[in-house]
Amino acid sequence: MDRYRGNAKAIRDLVKGYAVHRDTYVDKEIFDLEMENLFPNTWVYVGHASQLKNPGDFITSKIGHQPILISRHRDGEIYVLHNRCPHKGVKIASEACGNTGKFFRCPYHAWSFKTDGSILAIPLKKGYEGTGFDTQAASEGLARVRNVKVYRDFIFARLADNGPSFEEYFGESLSTIDNMIDRSPEGKLEIIAPPIRYMHQCNWKMLVDNQTDTCHPMVAHESSAGTAVSVWEREKHKFTETPMAVQLYAPFMSPYEFYEGAGIRVWPNGHGHTGVSGSIHQDYDDVSEYMARMEASYGPERAREILGDVRHNTIYMPNIMVKGPVQILRNFIPLAVDKTLVESFVFRLVGAPDKIYERSLMYNRFINAPTSIVGHDDLEMYERAQEGLHSDGNEWIDLHRLYEADEQRDANEVVNGTSERQMRNQFYAWSKFMTLGMDEPVEAAE
Amino acid sequence: MKPDRIVDFIYDEVAALDEMRWEDWLSLFHEEGRYWMPLEWKQQDPIMQPSLMYEDRLLLTVRVERLAGERTFSQKPKSRCHHLLERPRILSLGEGDGVCKARTSFVYTETRGDQLERYSGWVSHHLVEENGALRIKLKRIDLINFDAPFGNLQLFI
Repeated sequence: MDRYRGNAKAIRDLVKGYAVHRDTYVDKEIFDLEMENLFPNTWVYVGHASQLKNPGDFITSKIGHQPILISRHRDGEIYVLHNRCPHKGVKIASEACGNTGKFFRCPYHAWSFKTDGSILAIPLKKGYEGTGFDTQAASEGLARVRNVKVYRDFIFARLADNGPSFEEYFGESLSTIDNMIDRSPEGKLEIIAPPIRYMHQCNWKMLVDNQTDTCHPMVAHESSAGTAVSVWEREKHKFTETPMAVQLYAPFMSPYEFYEGAGIRVWPNGHGHTGVSGSIHQDYDDVSEYMARMEASYGPERAREILGDVRHNTIYMPNIMVKGPVQILRNFIPLAVDKTLVESFVFRLVGAPDKIYERSLMYNRFINAPTSIVGHDDLEMYERAQEGLHSDGNEWIDLHRLYEADEQRDANEVVNGTSERQMRNQFYAWSKFMTLGMDEPVEAAE
Repeated sequence: MKPDRIVDFIYDEVAALDEMRWEDWLSLFHEEGRYWMPLEWKQQDPIMQPSLMYEDRLLLTVRVERLAGERTFSQKPKSRCHHLLERPRILSLGEGDGVCKARTSFVYTETRGDQLERYSGWVSHHLVEENGALRIKLKRIDLINFDAPFGNLQLFI
C-alpha cells in the first residue's frame, strides 16, 4: 500500500528539523517519489559546456531515473533532450560522451534526428501518411527539456514545467561556481578527462550529508589522514620540503575548533557550504607563476580576493558538490534507494600553471576514488548506516547539533562550523520540493 | 639477467601480498619506486592524466600502516586477497638501460566481509638490480574495466 504517494503531510512529517525519519534513506516508495518529484522539481546539473566543444558533440546524463542527452547543435546552441527514441523508446546515445556527426540515428529502426532533436528522416515514410502520426509528439523528434540554463558553461535543467526560476532557485549560492571559474586567469574551466567513478551501496543523501559534516573527518579519517600525519612525522627528516600529498592529507585531522571557526553558510532551497572564513584548502603551497597570471588578469586586489575565498564544500541541491579551491565537482547519482554512483570530475583552470591541475587530480584520486583510503573510511560509514537504519530501536536520525527551536527555513546566514544546520537546510528543501504541487490529501471520512 | 629470475621475483612479490606480509612487500620497492593504476586505456602520463593510484614509498607506507590501525574500521573484518597470474611475458632483460620489463595477465580477488570482488587485467613490472637484488621501479596495473565504478579496493593488486 502506498503510504506516501499523494500524501504531502506524511512526507513533511518525516522532517522535523532536529531529526529526520529513516524512511528518507531506506524506503523504496520515498526513493521512487524522489525520482518522480524531487529531481524533476529542482534544477539538476547535467554537464559542462567544455564537454561539448564541437557541433555533434554529445554527453549523456540522468535527471532522477530519466536518461538525458545533451547535444551541441551546428548553430552553436546546447540542447537538452530526452534520450529516448520517439518510436520504441530505445536510448539514442549509450556512451557517456562522443561526437555523433551531423545527426543522431536510432540503432533499432534508423529513425534519425538533427542534433537539436528534430526529426531528420524516418524510413518508409509513406506508411505514416494519413495515420495521424503528424499530430503526435513522436513526429516532433526527441523531446526537448524546456527549462534549461547554461550558467557560465555549467548546464542545468529542470524537467517540471512549473517551479522556481534558475535564478530564484540558486540565488547567491552561484558565488561558489563563480569563484571556481574566476580562479582561471582566463575565466574559463574545462573538463579534459573522464571522472573517477565509485559505487556506493547506500542512499545518495548520505553522501550529500557528509559533504558538510565537519564532525567526522578527525574521527572517521583517523585511519587514513591520521596515519598519513604519523608516517610523515616519522619520515620528514628525510625530506627537504613537505610533499603535495602530505599537504592534501594532513588538514583532514584539524581539530573541532578549526571547523567551528571556519563556519557554515546556508542559503535558501537547501544550498550551503562549509569553510566560510577558512578551510582545509587554505594552506597549500603557492604555485609559481599562478599569482602573477591572476594579477595580470584581475589586478592584485581582485586576484587576492578570488584566491582568498577558500570555501570548502558547497552543496547544490539536490545532488552535486562543488569544491572551488580544488576545482572538483562530485555528482551523486541515485541508482536505487541503497545504491549511488559517484562521479568526481576535475576542471582544468584555463591559463593556470599545470601544477594546479596536477594537484586537483591528486586530490581527486586521494579522496574520491575506489582506491582512496579516505574514500574507504567514508564508504564504510555510509554502508554501515544503510544497514543500521533498519533497526527498529530508533526510527529517527538525529540532527540536533546546534539546533534552535526558531530556526528559519530558507535562511541566508552563517553559523558555527560544526552545526548540523546545513543538513537540516537540505531536508527543509527536500520536503519542499518533494511535495511541490502535490495536493494535500482529503481527510478520510469516519 | 636470466628470465627465470624475473619470473620468480614476480611470483614472490604477489606471494608476499597474498600472505599479507606487507612490510616484506614494501621492501621490494626501489627508493624511487612507484605503484601506478591508470584510469585510461594505454595511458601515458600518470600525473597530468587522472589515475586511480600513483604512489611512492611514503604513500604506500601510509597504506600499509593504515591496514594495521586499530581504528581502521573499513578493515573490520580484514580483507584478504588472491593473485592468479599467467606466466609473465619478458619484454626486456635490461640490456643497455638495466631495466628489466615484464607484463603479466592476472585475475585478482579481494574480500570485504562476506563479499568477494574480482578484477582482471595486466600488471607491468619495471625492475632494477640493486646490491644484488631486484627492486621494483614501477608496478603498473591496467584493469580491463578501469573506467567502471568499483566499491572499495583496499589491498594491492
